[in-house]
Amino acid sequence: MSPTRPAPVLDLDPAVVRRARSLARKAAAPVVTIAQSHTTVSVERATLRLAGLAGADHERIPWVNHLVTAVRDEVGLEHGVTTPVYDALLRGEAPDLTTLAQMAASGNVSFRLPAGREAAAARRAAAKGVGAGLGRIDAARRTRERLVRRHGDPASTPWIYLIVATGDIYEDIPQAQAAAREGADVIAVIRSTGQSLLDYIPEGATREGFAGTYATQENFRLMRAALDDVSKELGRYVRLTNYASGLCMPEIAALAGMERLDMMLNDSMYGILFRDINPIRTFVDQRFSRQIHARAGIIINTGEDNYLTTADAVEAAHTVTVSQLLNERFAKEAGLEDWQLGLGHAFEINPEIPDSFRLELAHALLARQLFPDAPLKWMPPTKHMTGDIFRGYLLDGFFNLAGAMTGQGILLVGMMTEAVVTPFLSDRDLALQNVRYVMNAASGLTEDFHPPRDGFIQNRARQVLSEAVELLERIVADTDSAGDAPLLAAIADGTFGLMKRPADRGKGLDGVVRRADGYDNPAITALDAGVPAKAARR
Amino acid sequence: MSGSIIRPYGDTTGDGMVQLSFTLPIPHDKKAEGAALQLARKMGLDPALLVHAKAMGPDFTFFVVYGSSTHLVNLDEVRVVEREYPLLSAKDANLAIRRTLRRKLVVVGACIGTDAHTVGIDAILNIKGFAGEKGLEYYREIKVVNLGAQVLVPELVARARAEKADAVLVSQVVTQKDAHIHNTTQMSAAFREAYPAGHVPILIVGGPRFEEDSAAQLGVDRIFGRGTTPGEVASYLVHEITVRKGRKA
Repeated sequence: MSPTRPAPVLDLDPAVVRRARSLARKAAAPVVTIAQSHTTVSVERATLRLAGLAGADHERIPWVNHLVTAVRDEVGLEHGVTTPVYDALLRGEAPDLTTLAQMAASGNVSFRLPAGREAAAARRAAAKGVGAGLGRIDAARRTRERLVRRHGDPASTPWIYLIVATGDIYEDIPQAQAAAREGADVIAVIRSTGQSLLDYIPEGATREGFAGTYATQENFRLMRAALDDVSKELGRYVRLTNYASGLCMPEIAALAGMERLDMMLNDSMYGILFRDINPIRTFVDQRFSRQIHARAGIIINTGEDNYLTTADAVEAAHTVTVSQLLNERFAKEAGLEDWQLGLGHAFEINPEIPDSFRLELAHALLARQLFPDAPLKWMPPTKHMTGDIFRGYLLDGFFNLAGAMTGQGILLVGMMTEAVVTPFLSDRDLALQNVRYVMNAASGLTEDFHPPRDGFIQNRARQVLSEAVELLERIVADTDSAGDAPLLAAIADGTFGLMKRPADRGKGLDGVVRRADGYDNPAITALDAGVPAKAARR
Repeated sequence: MSGSIIRPYGDTTGDGMVQLSFTLPIPHDKKAEGAALQLARKMGLDPALLVHAKAMGPDFTFFVVYGSSTHLVNLDEVRVVEREYPLLSAKDANLAIRRTLRRKLVVVGACIGTDAHTVGIDAILNIKGFAGEKGLEYYREIKVVNLGAQVLVPELVARARAEKADAVLVSQVVTQKDAHIHNTTQMSAAFREAYPAGHVPILIVGGPRFEEDSAAQLGVDRIFGRGTTPGEVASYLVHEITVRKGRKA
């Protein structure tokens, strides 16, 4: 992405910024330790997917689910799934993973935890098997880099991000191609309602979804191929986005890496707060998925806009900053680089209040300046879109203007029919005209726009930052009777919005397993060792 | 013209002016513009004025049309079905609960039977909500206990009693051989058995397969179908607690 870094215009106190980052680091550290001492059924399934296990039975239950369940029932997952699985293969129980999973599904194979030389052999075989998947991810990254060189990046920032969501992948494809031709740089395929709470990934090309299309490996492949065609036609690499969130976050990340998706929605706390997924499950899954994204060269998009749609966007402005800082910290820890951090924020202030646009500018500039090298994902108004499409169109124009004036990296195109209907073809066209007009007319304003020293905007930005620091201080000092990590205690007692999410509750908790001393996961071992420099080989 | 006959108002009484935009799936040319005017006339705009036409890609054209509608509106013939309760904003629902109960309204939700599809119950209860509306968890004055999927009826009754539930929400999404009906009648019978008469919580079931007027047969207070939003459920709850309180007073 071409640099959007504007000169610092806010006069933030560097000491306060440093303080904010060190508090985020302090809040995240104990949670990272928890992530490193647990595994989940989804992490183990993702590992098997990297080893090449795909497909599902006649009831569409994936083989990875069967195999992980069978191993868990017999020997547990605390040592990792791959050692008993590859031990069974070495013992000749089955010729390959798929056959082994099929036999395991019918209870026709026995697993054991090998020791000594046999354990070492199983681990070596597992490392080789899983290495193939990581190799596919590396190859996909090289392909992307090659295609970006060949077709080119969008001529200017922000990148224009458009959503398609018909429920039918074969309807999505022409819509996505049409959107790209109309100017979209990034296509996001929204998932079917409820997929985040499925503890398995559906299989194959799907034609029936609710308000979205299922994320499946085949759907990923089909859409990426279609966008490759249109990239070639347009002479501009069109990126593809999906969602690494919910109970299958690690597996979705693995599939996305292998199928060359380019961006993934991936927030550190969204699932906990807004989907009531168990906090430990989320943090363990999230670390693995982010490590995969780091390796795959995928840009993550975080979900701070959700804080503003559930709370007042002025009162809760600092919660966005706190979440951005935590997301940044967890992302960096997992190996993601600044250019991969599409930290989210949104234009959701009530347009009825005085100075709402000035407040939006202050908040947008604060994010821009706190994270100068991150692309930043700028999200359009949704909460104050009332069905009055004319007013909505104007509001979207102001949203675009704020994006232009503050140098945002990724701009999700607002629709005037938000909350009315799924966008008409004409809504999308009008929305893109709106973006084009504003960018054409005003994107140069990043050069001229310098809010005066200690004026309204500077003061507001400083106020939000100091409120964020206060909240982070409260978080790192939080405690609960269970002796949880402070961040977990804070999540449990409702520090974030109105949601109380204790660490021992929530969906997916039964899929969390504490690692034993001998835990081995060749994917995590390789990912912990860092991105191989050769992934970016020319 | 009698007072009950009206026409749309542009800038002069009786001008009948309306505006309209639409897309036709044909390339933009003279013929497309003619097609747009034909549609406008068939919709009752006469004269119709094509003020804007623009190609959207090679295969579509977008139009804006102004025109005088030849139709008359007779106010005497307007029939509306009034919902028996008003739709409230989250803020108003919270206020009404506080005023009526002077404590939080407790809602226990679950999918019962073998149904593992929590999509429906989560859309109504989770803060994420549905169709742009936040779920009941978002309401300050509502305490939500979401038991999730495959909850047994005795467990649901026990939990409702332990939580002193004001309302119980049950979702049935995927069912076979009328399992949703059996499950629901079993559930409502269990509640009537466990509670003294007149103290049974508000029983609500939701799901795409229910017939909305079969509440009495199923022994529940209300049925919500496909597309129900959290705000509708919250508004109904407020209405029902108010009615019940009135009955006791």
